Amino acid sequence: MIVDIHHLNFAYRDSEILKEIDFTVKPGELLAILGPNGVGKTTLLKCLNGMHRPSSGAVMVEGVDVLKMRPMEIATKIGYVSQKNEKARLTLFDAVLMGRKPHIRWRPSDRDLKIVEATIRHLHLQEMSLRFIDQLSGGELQKVCIARALVQEPKLLLLDEPTSALDLKNQVEIMLLLRHVVDYHHVGAIMTMHDLNKAMRYADSILMLKDGKVFSHLHPSQVTEQMIESVYGLPVEIHNINGHPMIVPKDINQNLCC
Amino acid sequence: MHLHDGQIPEEYRKYIGRKFVFLLLLCVSLLIALLFSIASGAAHISLTDVVSSLIGLETTKKIEIIVWNIRLPQALSAMVAGAGLALSGAVMQSILRNPLGSPFTLGIAHAAAFGAALGVMVLGGGIMTSNSMGAVQITNPYLTTITAFFFSITTAAVIVAIARMRGTTPEVMVLTGVALGSFFTAATMLLQFFANDVQLAAMVFWTFGDTARASWSELAVMSIVVTITGIYFFCNSWNYNAIDAGEETAKGLGVRVERVRAVGMLLASVLTATIIGFLGIIGFAGLVVPHMVRRVIGSDNRFLLPGSFIGGALMLLIADTVARMMLAPHVLPVSVLTAFIGAPVFLILILRGGRK
Repeated sequence: MIVDIHHLNFAYRDSEILKEIDFTVKPGELLAILGPNGVGKTTLLKCLNGMHRPSSGAVMVEGVDVLKMRPMEIATKIGYVSQKNEKARLTLFDAVLMGRKPHIRWRPSDRDLKIVEATIRHLHLQEMSLRFIDQLSGGELQKVCIARALVQEPKLLLLDEPTSALDLKNQVEIMLLLRHVVDYHHVGAIMTMHDLNKAMRYADSILMLKDGKVFSHLHPSQVTEQMIESVYGLPVEIHNINGHPMIVPKDINQNLCC
Repeated sequence: MHLHDGQIPEEYRKYIGRKFVFLLLLCVSLLIALLFSIASGAAHISLTDVVSSLIGLETTKKIEIIVWNIRLPQALSAMVAGAGLALSGAVMQSILRNPLGSPFTLGIAHAAAFGAALGVMVLGGGIMTSNSMGAVQITNPYLTTITAFFFSITTAAVIVAIARMRGTTPEVMVLTGVALGSFFTAATMLLQFFANDVQLAAMVFWTFGDTARASWSELAVMSIVVTITGIYFFCNSWNYNAIDAGEETAKGLGVRVERVRAVGMLLASVLTATIIGFLGIIGFAGLVVPHMVRRVIGSDNRFLLPGSFIGGALMLLIADTVARMMLAPHVLPVSVLTAFIGAPVFLILILRGGRK
């Protein structure tokens, strides 16, 4: 297992956000965390890479407790793609090179530069490697952020709503890219999502949160309409289109009204 | 992971090489500007004599005295002050993620002015004398230096302390700085209202940043502070780059964002307070120079910080030389010129940036 979460609880001031969370992720697995707004998806991701300190429980990455690691040590094992990415006036190459920061002592070595070049090439970004990232589109910037996390050479990738601000084409491209990264580089990946259809289609397993607890942790094919209704409070139907599950709300007009 | 089949792109090497060439050109320009600055003044000295004197060859006693006792310390003070202020501004802009980050927008300069005013009025450092060129001098400069330094650092410490309580975010730090700046401006006005003519003139005189105030010993203190803080800032350039990419991204890369921000803010304030304490307030250098350098070599702090360091030294040295020459035999304090030049330059940068 790459990551093993035991009885994780997290509270902010007096309110309990996450309660008794347990799950594991193995190499080459893409896990999607689903749940309504405010259920604690992003908080859970931040507990996994040590940004938030759980009130109890443990997050073990390759058998080591994250809370006992220094931030720089965590960064060599876990790559984090935030929902908020700023467009600094850096070239694409330099922005990706920043991901080598946990490995760089004084100045980037030839090895660092080679890893960055290879990653940029694998992600088909080489044509724009000397463009400033404040000139890139949202989809291109998201790819840069994933590339930056990849060059950390992590064992685990955490992605906070990686497709939320993207158009349809870019959403699909990013999901295919993630699938490729997980399969090809054999890393574990955990992403939070709102798009159930993308999650069902591209993830290996679906973890649904309800009221801060794990409601279910299943293969996408095992997720039922009742589960989704129970988590989101909205009746849905799951159709099969060309072998892919497609979730649609039941009787949209009635649901939107009142 | 299978990311080891990469090649170092030649284009990237050239791109980085161009940045080094830019820094080298700045260094060469600085050296030339230094020679011209020493050669220029009421008594003209040829460049040959300047070089001879600097490298220890025999020249006249008069040239030795002018070069080593008057012009070289002033030129080096301008360079050290310019380098320090620009570096401090670049770091503040980066850690606060705010293009207006500078000792002046954060109230540190206002606090220094208040500290100096307090030193002049309450602690008795404001007895003035006139020198031969009609300028006024504060007879107890160390007292005003210490009080100005103390209040600058106190302001920075308060900003950092409040930020620690309410979250070390750029918004909290900038707003606290603006509030403190406003407070110290009001406090200075209060002191000025109750000051007598002599004290009032000394307070106003102190605020005219002037590189001629520093002797070799003060220059040494400034140089040590600039060197130590400079090394710290250069070592943290990757951290500042990561913070530029977003707070969460930086944390994901192992950067202790709050600590880097707080320490950076404190050291940038120490740097600024040292310079302001010795020379008085020199506006706009810390704000404008990093923006000018950024337009040429981008926001990568690995190059922006050294670029601002050398660029700041060059800019203030040129400004100081022009200020000495333009109304000769009267010597204009360099701060008057930097404020005059800084404002239009800043507007041009905004307009050109907007069009782009």
